[in-house]
Amino acid sequence: MNLTFREAVLTFKRAPLLSLLSVTTIAFSLFVLGLFGLVVVNLQSALHGVEERVEVVAYLLPGAPAEAVAQALKDIEAFPEVQSATYVSEDDALARARAELVELRDVMQELERNPLPASIEVKLKPGFRDTDHASAVAERLRGFGFVDDVRFGRDWVQKLDWLRGVAAAVGIVVGAAFAIVAIIIIGTTIRMAVLQRSREIAVMRLVGATDGFIRRPFLLQGAIKGLLGGAVAVGLSFGAYVLINRYLLQSAFFSQEQAAAIVVFGALIGLFGSALSVGRHLKRV
Amino acid sequence: MIKFTSVFKAFPKGGLALKDVSFHVAKGEFAFLTGHSGAGKSTVMKLIYAEERPTSGEVRVSGYNVNEMRPRDVPMLRRKLGIVFQDFRLLEDRTAEENVAFALEVTGARSSTIAARVMRVLTQVGLAAKAQAYPRELSGGEQQRVAIARALVNEPTVLLADEPTGNLDERATRGVFQLLRDINASGTAVVMATHDLDLVRQAPYRVIELQEGALVYDSSVDEPGGSGEARDQAVAP
Repeated sequence: MNLTFREAVLTFKRAPLLSLLSVTTIAFSLFVLGLFGLVVVNLQSALHGVEERVEVVAYLLPGAPAEAVAQALKDIEAFPEVQSATYVSEDDALARARAELVELRDVMQELERNPLPASIEVKLKPGFRDTDHASAVAERLRGFGFVDDVRFGRDWVQKLDWLRGVAAAVGIVVGAAFAIVAIIIIGTTIRMAVLQRSREIAVMRLVGATDGFIRRPFLLQGAIKGLLGGAVAVGLSFGAYVLINRYLLQSAFFSQEQAAAIVVFGALIGLFGSALSVGRHLKRV
Repeated sequence: MIKFTSVFKAFPKGGLALKDVSFHVAKGEFAFLTGHSGAGKSTVMKLIYAEERPTSGEVRVSGYNVNEMRPRDVPMLRRKLGIVFQDFRLLEDRTAEENVAFALEVTGARSSTIAARVMRVLTQVGLAAKAQAYPRELSGGEQQRVAIARALVNEPTVLLADEPTGNLDERATRGVFQLLRDINASGTAVVMATHDLDLVRQAPYRVIELQEGALVYDSSVDEPGGSGEARDQAVAP
């Protein structure tokens, strides 16, 4: 292991330019992937913001008995899809309308009687904010005797479903394409590093080195290059994120786990790219 | 030690490289392998260090049967051999000392013993003073001495030298050849492929001659205890 580490590190010293080229190539390949990742992350957080507004509202008949409503709230909160259920009384509804609909304030002031019904506002858990689950919840709410009508903006939620599907499909296809291109470019770079040392590999074999012995420094070196490349890619992405935030629009950055995943992905590509190149090379000679 | 029995070697595109070659090199022996380029000398060498497998016939080296060797045994065989080439095959980015130490490191030798063993063989080949030099800073003869030191450091039972003097001037050739003789005198078998007949004539060693892949002369069989004169005739072009 000691020797493996020494050989791997020595390669950086002996071929600094090629090593730098490998790390740079890996960094930029992953950077492109990272930029796409940022787009996905931001799109997701935007979708998530919209999703949070998915809400099923049950309007109650006038004079619904308070105990029955209180019991119903408990029952509704126990639904598997439901995150929270809030009772909004007629007065609350009027106060909210006054605050939100400023243009109609005068009209509201002149009202003799509150025309707004009481309601139960039901928020759904993440993962249940789609047409099917909203419909199912709405159907169950209709079953309560004191419920007059249930609304959840079906058209709007359906559009959201569609948007989510498109975003996921585009994300997977484009993401996979970017990832494949990154893997090919990185693989080629690593192959160059192996070929550059083919003479050395031949000598190693002549003096009785086992394939495992020859392979190990390459794997370690590939993993280190990938790790460095991944770290640089995250750094570049962060730079891009700072610039976008300053000059274009407010956006989100990767979570720590996502950033770590990029670095680990780099290390894995480096590792497997090296394993593949060295393996092929060893088989050939 | 090394035993070829009716060995044939065919290459997919190159035709027949060896035709029915049989010989035996004993422990501690010095044998020249001669013949024109393309006669099959290098193929014999490659079969000995298991770079190639015979198409038919049997090759036995240091207790290994090259025909049936598992790939993972090949490195083990090579650790028992020392191999020297015309083009030295040193690693350019390592010093003489590191080049020699490398051959020990790949075998998993204890690191505490490596430095002493390396210096011992570098002293043996007369290059102790240039241990820190890189190959490009050494003459051809010196580079070949480093290569020989590398071949010796694992204390091989056989030293294979494929045209070891092919790239050297006369003076360096004499020096390297003397070194190989000394090595043989200390008990290591040496198989030296060469087409330098002057060299062959200089020493009373066994000569195995190949012509177009066939063994045409073996001094131990054809002239047991034969005179130098007889050998001269046999190997003269």
